[in-house]
Formats: sequence, C-alpha cells, structure tokens
Amino acid sequence: MTSTIILQNGRLLDPVSGVDASGDLWLQDGVIVPAQEHIPENSLVFDLQGKWIVPGLIDMHVHLREPGEEYKETVASGTRAAAAGGFTAVACMPNTQPVNDSAAVTRFILEAARTASARVYPVGAISKGSHGEGLAEYGELKEAGAVAVSDDGLPVLDSQLMRRAMEYAGSHDLLVISHSEEIALSRNGAMNEGKVSTRLGLRGIPVAAESIMIYRELALAELTGQRAHIAHVSTAAGTDLIRQAKARGVRATAETTPHYFTLTEEAVAEYDTNAKMNPPLRTEADRQAIRIGLQDGTFDAIATDHAPHSVLEKELEFDQAANGIIGLETSLPLSLNLVREGVIDAMRLVELMSTAPARILKVQGGTLAEGSVADITVIDPDKEFIFTRESILSKGKNSPFLDWKLQGKAVLTIMGGRITHNEME
Amino acid sequence: MKDTYRFQHKHILDIEQFSAADISYILDTATSFKEISTRPIKKVPTLRGKTIINFFFEPSTRTRLSFEIAAKRMSADTFNIAASTSSAKKGETLIDTALNLEAMNPDIIIIRHSSSGAAALLTRHVNAAIINAGDGTHEHPSQGLLDMMTVREHKGEIEGLKVAIIGDIAHSRVAHSDIIGFTKMGAEVRVAGPATFMPLYLDSLGARVCSSVEEAVTDADVVMALRIQKERQDDPLIPSLREYAQFYGINRSLLQHARPDVLIMHPGPINRGVEMNPDVADGKGSVILEQVTNGVAVRMALLYLVMGAEGSNVE
Repeated sequence: MTSTIILQNGRLLDPVSGVDASGDLWLQDGVIVPAQEHIPENSLVFDLQGKWIVPGLIDMHVHLREPGEEYKETVASGTRAAAAGGFTAVACMPNTQPVNDSAAVTRFILEAARTASARVYPVGAISKGSHGEGLAEYGELKEAGAVAVSDDGLPVLDSQLMRRAMEYAGSHDLLVISHSEEIALSRNGAMNEGKVSTRLGLRGIPVAAESIMIYRELALAELTGQRAHIAHVSTAAGTDLIRQAKARGVRATAETTPHYFTLTEEAVAEYDTNAKMNPPLRTEADRQAIRIGLQDGTFDAIATDHAPHSVLEKELEFDQAANGIIGLETSLPLSLNLVREGVIDAMRLVELMSTAPARILKVQGGTLAEGSVADITVIDPDKEFIFTRESILSKGKNSPFLDWKLQGKAVLTIMGGRITHNEME
Repeated sequence: MKDTYRFQHKHILDIEQFSAADISYILDTATSFKEISTRPIKKVPTLRGKTIINFFFEPSTRTRLSFEIAAKRMSADTFNIAASTSSAKKGETLIDTALNLEAMNPDIIIIRHSSSGAAALLTRHVNAAIINAGDGTHEHPSQGLLDMMTVREHKGEIEGLKVAIIGDIAHSRVAHSDIIGFTKMGAEVRVAGPATFMPLYLDSLGARVCSSVEEAVTDADVVMALRIQKERQDDPLIPSLREYAQFYGINRSLLQHARPDVLIMHPGPINRGVEMNPDVADGKGSVILEQVTNGVAVRMALLYLVMGAEGSNVE
C-alpha cells in the first residue's frame, strides 16, 4: 500500500485559507503534507488538469438505516454511495431500530464504520427512543462518539423538552439538530399544500407547519444562548426566519438539500412516490428563496437527507408510501448546477459541502491546510453522466432524479489517505 | 368534427384528462345508450366475452351497482371484489392484488380506493383498461360525466351556465370532477361553504370561491349540494351538523336567489335536513334521481369507449 498520493495540476479550493489556485497537493500517511523535492517510490501520482481538488465533502444529514433496517441500507452500502458521491464523511441520524439514544447503539454504528468507505459521525437522539419525553443520555452519547443530537424524522413537540435539550446539549458541547415540523398541521399530509395538492386530491402540508417550528427553535436558541441547527429547510418563510435570527445574533445554523433547490411540488404530478418526502417539495417561489439563502449565507450547509427505502415502502398508493429520497450520489452534480447558474461560486460550494459541516459538527476536515487529515475529493466539474438505477450504489433506488443527465462528478475520493472511490482513467 | 374525432383514452382516471370534445363525445355516446335501459329486454351484445372486474376498496352501493348494471346491459361478464373479501386485509399490496387480477386477463378493472392516485398507480402495473370509480379526494370522473349529462339534457348545452356547488369541496372527489368538467365545458362554476371545507388554490381548478352560499346561488342555473361527511375526529371542520344545516343547507328561501328554472342536484346519498331540505330534494327542479339513471348510461358509454380504444370495434 502506498503511503504517498500526489495530486498534480488541479484547481485547489480551500475556503479556510481562501486559496483558489492551480497546484499540487501531497498526501502522506493520512495527512496533508508540504510538497517535497523528490517523489517517493511507490507514490500514486494523479494528473488533475481541469479538475478541482477540494477538502472531502461532508454530508451532515443521512440515514444509514443500520441497525434495524439493513434491507434499506447499511453503514457499508451507504458509505460506498457516499464515497461515489464524493463524500468522505457523513453524519447519520438516530432513527434506526433501536433508536440511537445510547452509547451502545452509537458504538455499534462506529464499529460497523471501521471498515466503511467514509467516516461516520453518529447523531444521538434528543429524547429517549425519540419519544419526545425525557432527555437521552448526552454525556454517554458524546463519550461514545456522537457529534450531535436530533429526533430527526420527528419533531420535539414539547417546547420545554427542547429548551432543556439545547441547554443540556450545550453542557456536553453537542449540537442540537431540529427536525422542524408542527405535527398538528402536517398530520396525514402527503405533499405541499398548494395548487398541486388541490388538483391531485392529496392532503397538504402547509408552509406554516415548518415555519412555526423553526420560529420556536430559533426563539429557544435565543433564550438559552445555545446552538441550534435547523435541518432540511424547504420554505421561503423558514429561510427568512433563519436569516433574521442570524442577523440578531442567534447561534443558529441551517441546512437545505439539493431537492429543495432543484425541484418543486410539480414533481409529484403523476403521484410519483419518489418525489414524496418530509418536508415536502414546495413551490417555485420557495425554491428561489432557498437559492438566495444559499447565496447570502443564510444556509451554512448543503446536506442530502439521504433516506433510502425499498420498493416495499415506495411502490404503494401515494398517501401510503414512505417519505424520503436518496441523495448521496446526486448531491454534488445538483449543487454544481448552482455554480454553473451563477448562484454561488466554486469556493462557496466547497464551504457549503465541506468546510461548514466540519465546523458545525466540530469534526476534522473541511480544509487543505498542511497537517490536516487527508480527506480529499477530486471533482471533474464537466463530466456528464446519466443517473441510472443500475448505477446506484445505495441499496435505495428511490430518487426523483432517475435517468436525469447530470454534470459534475467526484472522480477520486480519498479518506485519510485511502482511496475510497476512483474513476480516473 | 365528428368525422375526424377519435376517442383515444385507454383509461378513465379523471376529468382532467379530457378535452371538451372528449366530454361531448362521451355524453353523446351515453345519450345514445340511454334508450337501451328503457327496452323490455335491456341488453345488447356489444361487450359480449369481455371480463370486467369491479375492484372496490371502499363501501359503495350505487356506483358499484351502476357499473355492474352498465356492464351487464352490454353483455360483459362482471365480477365484484370488495375490500373485505380481497387480500387487502391480509397485507397484500394494491399492486400485488392487481397483478393477480391481471393474471386472469380481465379487459377492464373498475377501481374505487380511498387513496388519491390509486387508479393511476394501477395503470403503471397492469394491461387492463382502468376506470376510476373514485380515488380518495381526487376525482370521480363517471359521476362528473353523469352530472354534465343530466344538466345538458335539461339545458341543451353547458356553456354559459352558472353552476353552484355547495359543501365540503375539500373532501369531495365529485366536486373536483364537476368543477373541472363544467369549467372545461364553458360553465361558470361557483363554490361555497365554510372555509374549513374550501381547499386553498381552488381557483386554480377554475372555480370561483364565493364568500356566501347566497352569492354562489344567485342567478344559478344549477345548484348542487355535497354530502357532508360525519365529523372527522382528527380535524375539526364544522362544529355540528345542526349548525351546518342552519348556515349552509339548501332550502327554498335560499333558492329564491337562483334562476326560476334552477336544477337541484346531489351526488347522493343525501343527509336530508343537513345539506339539503327534503322539500328541495323532492321538489321542483330536482333531478337527483335522473342523475342515477344517467349514471348507468354514462358508464355504459365509458365501458364501450375504453374497449373501442383497445381495438374492439363493435356496434
């Protein structure tokens, strides 16, 4: 096994130092090192003309389904998909079976991650069993390796519990990630409440179901002075609330996903269950507002909410089908569309997909600085491919982007100096 | 027009799929079939040898019976499967059940289901022609067509008429089909009811949302009341049927505002004294039972047309 990888003549992009220049990057023994005079024997050398060399992408919101639903995804299959999508690390949500509300489950996931194709950062539950009553044991979760807590998939309905979660998580330096949904307004809803839901006769989920809860989370973060991270924002209203809160100094961060800045509720039009997720796809006005939020810094991160399901959950009547779509293998090209369309520049893309997630989760990576971990993604921004069902490495094939022609791909993914994905000629 | 027109729909999923020419053609066909039901021997051989499955996941008396009578008057072989006797309760998925039916080579599957889009889902998995007999709160196209047929019989044409639909629009697939259908045919559709019954963006379907029942009914040529579902426990829509009847029920004094020759319609079954007073339901202008009669003719036409589109050319 070679211990030196030399990436030559690529476009180096490092949001931490601000470097955007053509050059080489040397990786040795799992870390980024200064270039040396002589190329060591057995080095792997890649000529990366026309390609970008960026800190390894980090997806701070995925569902790996293990333990408990291994037929949908495993740590192994999910991280293979991650590596192919250019990710060197993922944060996995706790809504497994059993729920990751304990050190034991966290350790189980990390054990599976030892041989995985990407770093795995477990997110523990906010409440025991994610039942919304009583705090999970954050101290033990943190010691076992959890980086954040969330009841993702479900909101925390009890405002006092959420207040205590933020306070207690702060004491253990854990991030609270909020799935912001007012269930009383969204119950039994199958898609965005709007023109399309009225036409299709599907029960709608109003924008207010998201914005009300985002407002509560921001108010609680303000009250407690603690950090709060708002997951998978889908609405213009939610984006505005976050922008305003940040402006007055609330310690809030937020993520949105490629599907919210790419698709609208129209994608549901033929009762396509691959366009069913929670929160739902919204309107064109929401999509535009989210793009502006990515541009102006309201959003800190792009995450996927990668939610693999099998046909058992998806080939059903629309209102019976499960929420969620896969995202790890489409996130980068869809996000690169933002660069091509002039919404953000390449540096901001790397910030959103690597540097900021590392900073928010307080994990390594997100930079090309010497001495940093050798988690690197090489992107061919021009490479075109058809996203076919057969090409998907995730066990889940539930994507609204099937058979889309996409542009931009991770062609080399390196985690800790180990190549986890390679499609260089 | 008629020389070049061809009906080209294999499935009947909703009114939305039809052009005004399609709707006129279906109504013309239904009108020509109506006479069959008045014969001493109410049977024509048109669909002899065709197998039609009534696949009903929701309780239904009149729609299921209407389709069955329509099929039998066309000499098709019909089979009824109700949800309670199918595999649905054993945990078999809709698609699996449909594939099993498909394996027995039916020509037409008529489906009623509580999920919007269920009929559309079947078209992606089976080869039989699919007729939607009501899916969730989406559409009930044969009901919309029989309503248009009834109005056309009385008014000559639909274009230019004012049609008022009163009641629970949000949960009514009949209302959706009627709004879309009457609008396509050139009528002005007004809807009214408490705001809890009005889905947002109803105007995008073509309806004018009125702030009062009186406004909706004023100068109306047609007034249709919808059945009020029993209160939903998870979603408080109205405080009581009593209060609903008082403020939104159709009564004689309200109809003073409508045109003198107003048609009174209801998709049934009626909660007498709730959405409509008995003297209105049974009184002048009521065509509620004609709707039922026309239902058989419309369904005969639909069965005939979807088989025609499949290549069976019988007269």
